Amino acid sequence: MSISGRAAVTGIGDTDYTRDASGRSALMLQLEASLKAIADAGLRPHDIDGIVMPIPSGASVAEDFVTNLSIPDLRYSAATPLGGAGSVAALQCAAMAVASGICRHVLLPVGRTGRTQRIGARVQAMPQFRTVGEFEAPVGAVAPAQYYAPMARRHMELFGTTSRQLAEIAVTTRQHAILNGNARMTKPITIEDHQASRMIADPLRLLDCSLESDGGAAVIVSAAECARDAAKPRVLITGMGEGHPDSPSTITQRADITRLGIAKVAPRAFAMAGVAPGDIQVAEIYDCFTYIVLCQLEDLGFCPKGEGGRFVEGGALGLGGRLPVNTHGGLLSQAHMAGMNHVVELVRQLRGEAGQAQVPDARLGLVTGYGDLGDGTLAIMARE
Amino acid sequence: MSQAMPPKPRPEITEDSRPYWDGLRQHRLLLQCCTDCGRLRHYPRPLCDACHSFACDWVEACGAAHVHSWTVAHHAFHPAFRNELPTVLVTADLAEGVRLLAPLQTEAPVTLQLGQRLQVGYWDVDPSLTVPVLRLDENG
Ligand SMILES: [Zn+2]
Repeated sequence: MSISGRAAVTGIGDTDYTRDASGRSALMLQLEASLKAIADAGLRPHDIDGIVMPIPSGASVAEDFVTNLSIPDLRYSAATPLGGAGSVAALQCAAMAVASGICRHVLLPVGRTGRTQRIGARVQAMPQFRTVGEFEAPVGAVAPAQYYAPMARRHMELFGTTSRQLAEIAVTTRQHAILNGNARMTKPITIEDHQASRMIADPLRLLDCSLESDGGAAVIVSAAECARDAAKPRVLITGMGEGHPDSPSTITQRADITRLGIAKVAPRAFAMAGVAPGDIQVAEIYDCFTYIVLCQLEDLGFCPKGEGGRFVEGGALGLGGRLPVNTHGGLLSQAHMAGMNHVVELVRQLRGEAGQAQVPDARLGLVTGYGDLGDGTLAIMARE
Repeated sequence: MSQAMPPKPRPEITEDSRPYWDGLRQHRLLLQCCTDCGRLRHYPRPLCDACHSFACDWVEACGAAHVHSWTVAHHAFHPAFRNELPTVLVTADLAEGVRLLAPLQTEAPVTLQLGQRLQVGYWDVDPSLTVPVLRLDENG
């Protein structure tokens, strides 16, 4: 029996997103977002019977949630350490837990005080980065921007993709953040601002990069039959999966460095949901860097490989454009919450709760994750 | 007072990779070659991905390479590299069919192109660590 439609996202919650959480710990931010998500689902903390931890969030573990939320009978705990692909991987993990009958309501908490440790030092401590840590860090490649930039450069050389096309993504995402009301970046930017921003790892400029942020975001995944009486419209997960790229431990050795892991899962997840890319009304696409959005649009099938640059031109990703993307401001301009803020936003859109950034009558959308050295995750959701 | 530079990241060498790092110290780029099926592999690891044999020899790369992609690092994500910026980090196809990531050593700024010919070189960071580098092939 297919897992499609067997799980629903019933609760969403997020904290304020800031540059500095002013003394609040990562666990405190996770708990604040979790309490909001539990209340949003019309549940009480003791109803939670499963926890999936999407990323190593500070030092907190499922046990901390049992203790703080006083969960009487936790039946399942798991972790999905796929970096930025972890939040959407956790959706699948939770959906499997509720579809199998192990759990009824699973909590997925993310919260971080990301600015407290240099990104280079943080990734080098992660086991997924062991191979690049041994063979690439000693020659000077220590941070994600430096590992990913050669993918963007080759895309540009092969297909004529330009920095101004990457700028289109940054500019549109900023416009959406301004509409959101809970975003770190609130001033409009232009393509010229992007072109004038300093180079970080060529071709990636400062305005191609996401924002290290403090905050928390959480969702509740429930068995679909337990969500039938919820106060909010039921948002079902109809297609989902993980896609791992060839040579997942190092981009350098990958046969085709312009193709991400999500290219493998996209056909599977669309088939599971019984829909096609052209049916999607709103897309929340993991945007640690602008180029990663462009490449995922191709790998998801919204346009052929190599045409992502032309696809994003002319405000195509904006509200009223051909595919509204990252309607909350994304990691680029709202906050880097490892993509859980993307999940929260997709549910808001499908419930009609997205305020000024609402895509009219959005009933079908998708959310992606991208992590580590190319792992991809995808969830397709539909409002009943 | 001058501040001491922090040390550069050092490889955590394993039993699988020790011959590679020992080879670099002798200015030889060694690659694993499956004794059973002849498949070359890199980075060093225990198992042949073609035939799943553990048996391997270490063979010396000829040093010829060409540009697969690159980035120019302008921001120091690690303080030990700050004084060397900007650095061109090249993803290079070795003639043997595997790839190498290494800094480009040039006298003057260059404009790279896909497929441009390169030559592998060596940089003795200190007496116990040598890393590979790439140079433009003067015949290229
Ligand atoms: Zn073999």
